[in-house]
Amino acid sequence: MKREIRICGFGGQGVITAAVILGKAAAVHDGLTACQVQSYGPEARGGAARAEVIIADQPIGYPGIHLADVLVAMSQEAYNRYGRAIKPGAMVIIDPDLVFQHDEARPVTPVRATKIAEGLGNTVVANIVMLGAVAALTRVVSPEALLAATLESVPARFRELNRRALEAGMQVAGVPVLAQ
Amino acid sequence: MATGLKIKTAAELRTNYLRREMFPTIFCDGCGLGNVLNYTLWAIDEVGLDLDRTVFVSGIGCSSRLPGYINADGLHATHGRALAFASGIRAANPDLTVIVFTGDGDGAGIGGNHLLHTIRRNMDVTVILVNNFTYGMTGGQSAPTTPDGGFSSTTPYGNIEHPLDICELAKALGAPYVARWPVVSPAQPVKSIAEGIRKRGFALIEMLTPCPTAYGRRNGLKEIEQIWRWYREHTVLLDEWEWVEQFGSPEEREALRGKLKIGVFQDTERETFEDRWAALVAREKL
Amino acid sequence: MSTHRELIRRALGPRVQFVQGDDACAYGAVLAGCTFFAGYPITPATEVAERMAEILPRIGGCYIQMEDEIASMGALVGASWTGAKVMTSTSGPGFSLMQENLGYAIMTETPCVVVNVQRSGPSTGQPTMGAYGDMMQARWGTHGDHEIIMLCPASVQEVLEITIVAFNLAERLRTPVLVFIDGELGHMRERLVIPDDDEFELVERPRATDRASYRPFAPGPDLVPPFAPFGSGFRTFVTGLTHNEEGLPRASSAAVHDQLVRRLAAKITNHLDLITRYEEFYADDCEIAIVAYGITARTCRDVVEEARRRGIKAGLLRLISIWPFPEHIVARWAERVRAMLVPEMNLGQIVHPIREAVAGRCVVKPYARIGGELHTPAELLEALEALQWQPA
Repeated sequence: MKREIRICGFGGQGVITAAVILGKAAAVHDGLTACQVQSYGPEARGGAARAEVIIADQPIGYPGIHLADVLVAMSQEAYNRYGRAIKPGAMVIIDPDLVFQHDEARPVTPVRATKIAEGLGNTVVANIVMLGAVAALTRVVSPEALLAATLESVPARFRELNRRALEAGMQVAGVPVLAQ
Repeated sequence: MATGLKIKTAAELRTNYLRREMFPTIFCDGCGLGNVLNYTLWAIDEVGLDLDRTVFVSGIGCSSRLPGYINADGLHATHGRALAFASGIRAANPDLTVIVFTGDGDGAGIGGNHLLHTIRRNMDVTVILVNNFTYGMTGGQSAPTTPDGGFSSTTPYGNIEHPLDICELAKALGAPYVARWPVVSPAQPVKSIAEGIRKRGFALIEMLTPCPTAYGRRNGLKEIEQIWRWYREHTVLLDEWEWVEQFGSPEEREALRGKLKIGVFQDTERETFEDRWAALVAREKL
Repeated sequence: MSTHRELIRRALGPRVQFVQGDDACAYGAVLAGCTFFAGYPITPATEVAERMAEILPRIGGCYIQMEDEIASMGALVGASWTGAKVMTSTSGPGFSLMQENLGYAIMTETPCVVVNVQRSGPSTGQPTMGAYGDMMQARWGTHGDHEIIMLCPASVQEVLEITIVAFNLAERLRTPVLVFIDGELGHMRERLVIPDDDEFELVERPRATDRASYRPFAPGPDLVPPFAPFGSGFRTFVTGLTHNEEGLPRASSAAVHDQLVRRLAAKITNHLDLITRYEEFYADDCEIAIVAYGITARTCRDVVEEARRRGIKAGLLRLISIWPFPEHIVARWAERVRAMLVPEMNLGQIVHPIREAVAGRCVVKPYARIGGELHTPAELLEALEALQWQPA
């Protein structure tokens, strides 16, 4: 098994955090092999950010992703820039409120992560909502591992918010809510 | 003398403090570095420093050769970097006393940035900066301290650059102890070096020191007695300087031009890097 | 009251983590006993300093951010002479500034570890991109004749392990040791398992014991002089000038210089058995070899497997220690293979000592890639396949 996942968006949206949590869930909690890399420009906020995670059940050599199995896009600019290099039949997940144009002749899975996060009271967790959806849709990591990785990656006072964000994302994707 | 300074004979100092195998020194006739070494040893003796727990650090240049003559731990570092090495010693082991010998070129030219930041951090080191207005070891090139119009092998038509007042810089940066003395008399330098060593925090003692070989001979101060006399005649005590500036006649004020202010310019207290780091560790250590 | 080793464990956190190469480097240093770090921020090495700034006060060590990399390297030497295990980290521009005092550390036999998380140069180049363009600077960057030890790990776990090795070599041989990674590996996250204390060796510098017979730079039979820290009463004079075994300057003596500088070099080259590290894949029946190091070697492992599936007798020699160059290992491979492919993230640097070691016994084909992106498996495979048809 080897899944190559690319998460992109604008800087400050937390795409790197999302990729790190995903990798951590796989490598620390699910006993898999994971390798996460990122590319960023000099800007701390804005611009197009990209993070990639490879999750496998064997050692990972080449740490880059040539063509992704899963593309997650959370901004139009990032989609335009990083959305092309994907495998035929790759799963494409977008936030439809932020990616308007996707001329792909293939199914796209919309997850209104930012809108849902807004409903939870803080758009800052849009990345976590998205992560919940990605995990549920791809089953690349277990929900338990993802929850554990998320909770240890955020400050204590935001744990509850992040747990709800993760659950909301999983729910959107039609996966049962985590056991309390 | 206010300090009750006990004059030591060279023989006494030699036995207690010097690395005999290093003698004779490399210094020229008429050089003031031997005096700086003497004054430092007197001060150390007065403070009662344990030489087993004292490190002498220097950069490159004539003055930076001084640690080699002292029978203690010594670090003769790279050009201009003495304060960086000294900071590492103090930060890693604040129980050691660190005394730095540097020159005007070493300490304020190539090492100027380190001077600035070592003072800013307030590392507890005593810096004896020997200012001879020139790069002596390389044969007398212009330094950041070369006086306006001064001649050197690289300013053959006179120095057009403005000289740096190192003590003013140190004072402005908040160094807890700043003093400048000519080597021509021992009492004040010895007292200042001792005060500098006792001071918790950065202490700078700038020693105005003749270099007849490299600087003097190009600037009409070739004779040893003549150049030593120049230092008596061209230095003015801080109090007197300020009095003249405030109350002096135009002629008296005019006479200050081209002269150098001497004295203790700053003597204050300020928390050191080492103390603050120790407090931080006390707070954060697991 | 917990022991220092227990403090370290607590400061490092959980045993299994998902962290960057830079983090692993800091962890390795702390595990190795590093208590002092001096540095200056620079992409992509900053995280090493950040981790050290977090951890060192928690274990009673000292972190100091200096005004530049010249000062960082100077402070490092000063701290090492108090007996502390010390490290700094930087990237290309900072490594350039460190050359002066790195040479001083070599000349004065000062143990220290210098990490270079390489980025593309020359000059400011590509701050956030990985490269291996400083490989030759590492070898000859500081002026004068000298030997240097340099290690190039290829994974986050190996960064930790190699950093410990670097400290051990630095202490054992009283010399600077370089750990070279790149921006890609420095910022890459992988699973890191923090080893238990019984899973690795810890080496301390040889210590002088007798004050009466102490001669600071008089070496033992292994050419390494015993060390006496500042403040121990041994009264050591340390100078970057050519010095005799008492440590006193003898800058005009050809004999003293010859003896000193040859000993400093031999001290390293006599201990290749301690230093040399490499990994071999399919060494026994290899016809076409890849010789690689650093992050590139990871990709090469995949490529060799794929080439084997395609019927090519490929193999991989992964160099972990680069300097002193493991000439005998490369020479041994040159006896057996028809060709060597040398992919590097520079315009061809380590290919030079490889050619020297091969001495015409097989084809040596460099494959340069610069600009910050890694060699892809596909292009390396293509290059390997092309080499098959290359006449010997």
